[in-house]
Amino acid sequence: MRLVVDLNRCQGYAQCAFLAPDVFAMHGEESLLYNPHAEAAQREQVLRAATACPVRAILVEDPDDAPDRVEEEGLSGVR
Amino acid sequence: MSGDGALEQLRREGRIVIVGASLAGLRAAETLREEGFTGSLTLIGDEPHEPYDRPPLSKQVLLGHASADRTELPRRHGLDADWRLGVAAAGLDMAARRVRLADGDEVEYDRLLIATGVRARPWPHPTEAELDGVFVLRTRDDAARLQRRLAASPRRVLVIGAGFTGSEIASACRERGLPVTVAERGAAPLVGALGGVIGQVAAELQREHGVDLRCGIMVTGLEGDSAGRLRRAHLSDGTTLDADVAVVSLGATRNTEWLAGSGLGAGPRGIACDAGCRAFDVRGIVTDDVFVAGDVARSPHALFGYQFLSLEHWGNAVAQAATAAHNMISSSSERRPHLWVPAFWSSQFGVNIKSVGVPSLGEEVIVTQGSLAEHRFTGVYGYQGRVIAAVSFDQTKWLEFYQRQIESAAPFPPEYSSVDRRPEGLRPVPADFPDPSLPTHGPSVTVSGYSPTDQRITFTPARA
Ligand SMILES: Cc1cc2nc3c(=O)[nH]c(=O)nc-3n(C[C@H](O)[C@H](O)[C@H](O)COP(=O)(O)OP(=O)(O)OC[C@H]3O[C@@H](n4cnc5c(N)ncnc54)[C@H](O)[C@@H]3O)c2cc1C
Ligand code: SF4
Repeated sequence: MRLVVDLNRCQGYAQCAFLAPDVFAMHGEESLLYNPHAEAAQREQVLRAATACPVRAILVEDPDDAPDRVEEEGLSGVR
Repeated sequence: MSGDGALEQLRREGRIVIVGASLAGLRAAETLREEGFTGSLTLIGDEPHEPYDRPPLSKQVLLGHASADRTELPRRHGLDADWRLGVAAAGLDMAARRVRLADGDEVEYDRLLIATGVRARPWPHPTEAELDGVFVLRTRDDAARLQRRLAASPRRVLVIGAGFTGSEIASACRERGLPVTVAERGAAPLVGALGGVIGQVAAELQREHGVDLRCGIMVTGLEGDSAGRLRRAHLSDGTTLDADVAVVSLGATRNTEWLAGSGLGAGPRGIACDAGCRAFDVRGIVTDDVFVAGDVARSPHALFGYQFLSLEHWGNAVAQAATAAHNMISSSSERRPHLWVPAFWSSQFGVNIKSVGVPSLGEEVIVTQGSLAEHRFTGVYGYQGRVIAAVSFDQTKWLEFYQRQIESAAPFPPEYSSVDRRPEGLRPVPADFPDPSLPTHGPSVTVSGYSPTDQRITFTPARA
């Protein structure tokens, strides 16, 4: 599943790193590094992390609630 | 009344075309749908990929913690859009309201959003740039190639230019245990964006992490072996350096060539637009159907003396895209200005660097919390007696306070004394930005001052 963190907003509180350590990790004192592509098995943890973030900096695209992807829309012009 | 009817029709069944299918393009498309636009939406992108996020490319991806081809941006919801990916827009006919594509196709619009961003400035000598081992970093394909090469344990990596991207690349290399030389023409890393005082801290960070940092040095040539592989670099001090990887990090060029001759005010410095994101044409008249957002835009900011700011910042692309999208389908009285206070982050050598405001406008800087020597501090920049920007190294928590200081034009130097009363917080020192008339390695913010009172809009034509 896809995710992105608005790191302007992130305060480095590390709740996400605690709740989904395979996806979010602190790097040094307060830098957050995360994997923008989390495995499906991580879904529950990632959703919990996104909800727990006190500044709501984490945006997740939940595959179970998936918006239309490019492939499903009128894609033209690619090869 | 008839004007309202036309707007209603546009919102219901109009045709909106977005050129540039990346962060700004995607977020604008989402906002259009969220605000009730039900007409046809076309996204044109020259990269063959769905919109993906770039900041991880110089951080997680180079460290091997994430894969370059799995950085697609999450969607807030479905878009019901026509995606034209892998094909560039090649021309614009403003009178006929038509975008011409590189494959000869044409797409008509009622409203156009231009979000074509920037690309990495290449190494200026084309044959040297072709050498195997010479890289730039802007796209996910660039990142995949570079990461593969770093994984093959090169003997030495040369990073040319110590702006944010170059410094992050050097940091990732050191973390992977690779020998790195950084060559920077200026006096210190990040000097164009943060000034010499803070630049010195960045220099110390690099050296403490084992970077062979050489400032005041230019790379004058890259030399390959008979098989076309990079072997060494020639430096302006007359020395040579053996390296099998060189990453050219000399800033970015705006993607505006496709607009040459269109009559739009688009050139190497970007596309000028008003605070409502409407593009100016070459006559200095604002258009009403062509909008701009993201790295390619230059727009006046009321908080900063109405100066035209070009901000190559993630947060700017997100905020400006939302404003542009809203304004594209709103009546003039409902339009909003793009009043976002500039902000960015960088992660390097284990330090979280964040800034708000426009540091490069700062004349003086004062350390209000922490200490430069500890590499953990907040620095506040002043311009004409007011707070104009702040930067933090591992002190994020203070920035929100300074953002409010900037928004309220609080006096500089700040009246409160430094919270922890360190000696360096007692008085401001010159921020020490390089002379703007000298070329630098692409600061992330460039400012040019046309105030609304002198009413001069200079058009910088695209290079031939
Ligand atoms: C390695 C890297 C690290 C970064 N790190 C940070 C960071 O830590 N913090 C931060 O604030 N910002 C960072 N940024 C900057 C941030 O990624 C940009 O500000 C953001 O991507 C801007 O989005 P955009 O949509 O305006 O432009 P872009 O992302 O540049 O997208 C423009 C798109 O338009 C396409 N295009 C161009 N010309 C045409 C054409 N004629 N027809 C069709 N398509 C076209 C381009 O190929 C591209 O896909 C980083 C950027 C890079 C490259
Ligand atoms: S929980 Fe939110 S604020 Fe805290 S580190 Fe994660 S993203 Fe940042």
